[in-house]
Amino acid sequence: MNTLFDKIWDAHVVQHVADGPDQLYIDRLYCHEVTSPQAFDGLRRRGIRPLRPTRITCMPDHNIPTLHQDQPISDPVGRKQVETLAQNVKEFGLTHYGLMDERNGIVHVVGPERGLTQPGMTIVCGDSHTSTHGAVGAIAFGIGTSEVEQVMASQCILQTKPKTMRITIDGVLGRGVTAKDLALYLMSQLTTNGATGYFIEYAGEAIRALSMEGRLTLCNLSIEMGARGGMVAPDEVTFAYLKGRPEVPQGEAWDKMVEQWRELRSEPDAIFDKEIHFHADAVTPMVTYGTNPGMAIAIDGTIPASATESDKKALSYMGFHEGEKMLGKPVDYVFLGACTNGRIEDFRAFASIVKGRQKAQHITAWLVPGSWSVYRQIEAEGISDILTAAGFELRQPGCSACLAMNDDKVPAGKLCVSTSNRNFEGRQGAGSRTVLASPLTAAAAAVTGVITNPNDLL
Amino acid sequence: MKQPLTILQSSCVPLPLDNIDTDQIIPARFLKATDRKGFGDNLFRDWRYAPDGTPRDFVMNDPTYTGSILVAGENFGCGSSREHAAWAIADAGFRVVIARSFADIHRQNELNNFVLPLQVDKDFHTALLEAISRDPRATVTVDLPAQTVTIDATGQTAHFDINGYKKYCLTHALDDIDFLLENKDKIENYETQHCSTRR
Repeated sequence: MNTLFDKIWDAHVVQHVADGPDQLYIDRLYCHEVTSPQAFDGLRRRGIRPLRPTRITCMPDHNIPTLHQDQPISDPVGRKQVETLAQNVKEFGLTHYGLMDERNGIVHVVGPERGLTQPGMTIVCGDSHTSTHGAVGAIAFGIGTSEVEQVMASQCILQTKPKTMRITIDGVLGRGVTAKDLALYLMSQLTTNGATGYFIEYAGEAIRALSMEGRLTLCNLSIEMGARGGMVAPDEVTFAYLKGRPEVPQGEAWDKMVEQWRELRSEPDAIFDKEIHFHADAVTPMVTYGTNPGMAIAIDGTIPASATESDKKALSYMGFHEGEKMLGKPVDYVFLGACTNGRIEDFRAFASIVKGRQKAQHITAWLVPGSWSVYRQIEAEGISDILTAAGFELRQPGCSACLAMNDDKVPAGKLCVSTSNRNFEGRQGAGSRTVLASPLTAAAAAVTGVITNPNDLL
Repeated sequence: MKQPLTILQSSCVPLPLDNIDTDQIIPARFLKATDRKGFGDNLFRDWRYAPDGTPRDFVMNDPTYTGSILVAGENFGCGSSREHAAWAIADAGFRVVIARSFADIHRQNELNNFVLPLQVDKDFHTALLEAISRDPRATVTVDLPAQTVTIDATGQTAHFDINGYKKYCLTHALDDIDFLLENKDKIENYETQHCSTRR
């Protein structure tokens, strides 16, 4: 007890249901177009309206094209889903950051950058990567559509309280090692279900040193270890990031909020159900070689022997063999973006490698900012000029090739080095093969055309 | 959708792989519907059918295996929170998924669709797969009120966990919203005490 997680959770319990879950009050519900239509239908069927509409923010992100967003979406089914969201928010009086709205983007990029996501909050969305928002010191987790409907109807959710896990990373991350590599390293150590049933707090010197963008990347990937969510206690980095954002209090009210937020930390005598320690020295640039994110190795490592039928199936799908090196494997596609790595720092990192170099001729590269705000900053900082000079094209924001619900699909058999979050079979398009990596490693592959250690180019 | 589940006797469809993610259960390109119908046709789509629609060598295409119980391995339903995965499982006629373990969000999604995620230990799991391999028509009896699962041919029984609240919901076909709407006064009391400003 006395953990940051317990403090926030306990402050939001409306009631403990006898021999059942807790009824938890929810401060923010985010909705996108894919997992919300059936929830809105449910409200209509029951003849009710959202209980607290001001706590709900909606935006389309999964289906939207990354070129010509000013024109109608060519896929009629995807278009209908985006239009259905627009109709639903109108009918129910909710906030909507629609297509071509300067506030639009991937929900997990937009929430923090607008300051809608704040320390101490409970935040849910019908999307597993809602864990991202924990980076500011919030309890944030993904839910199903029935639960989206629950929250719309009651501003509450019934949830069994997860166990708590603290992962402490001592030391300093080395050159060319990013928050993404740290997350892939943790997944490789804990496996893809090593944190199932837990909520993670990340702590230690290496976490404190991470920027807000880095913390968002790390918390985003908590779900890939099976955790409901991950969080970082708010500190000066958090407050500096949030200060002045459109949806946070300003002036005296801000100072008062910050004073409250400073209390949001695990006490020195806090007891976690599980404690794990790692040292930053052990982390190098990482890549995945299989079909779940836990199948990750150091970029200069060799593919390990298969322990199970599932491992063998994964290698067979990827066309890789145990004992092979990942370095030097030919790459066809590169994807920079997603709620994992679609923020300004990720584009700065990518640009730092491609600056003064050229995209390898055979590589198709999709560079997709996480939001219009990121897009504008890329332009303002001159990063777009660097990218253009190196032969890259900046696309318009959205989830894009992370799950290929729009036109950005990797063809069957092609290998994509991707900064997204999942390397599942067919995730980036039926038959596509995904290698998860950091923006630096993606950039190194984009200019050399093969899997390359970014430290060779930095 | 709301069908009570109490006692179920059925043969099983075995798919004992670990880490079956929700992208395999229902690929993203099938998430574009705005209603809950018809997802069963695309359950395990890319494992069931080649891109041209030809059936692949896959357990659901093998008439030897039928029934309303799916048997998976470790960490079933990991990945995306898409409830479409649970809709597809329910729509394809499954009422129970027996696995070594489940991913948290998917477990909840099954429960909210009146599909029982039933976690068993390694010994029972192995015994169950052996029974199915001996006789593909081998039946299992799931008794939700008693919280037991039995391999009928051998009589081997295991206890399984489910919280009392969700057990009541499943056996009585009640959902969480029914419960929450009955508790509106508690929500308003909470807001009066905790929410100084309506953010």
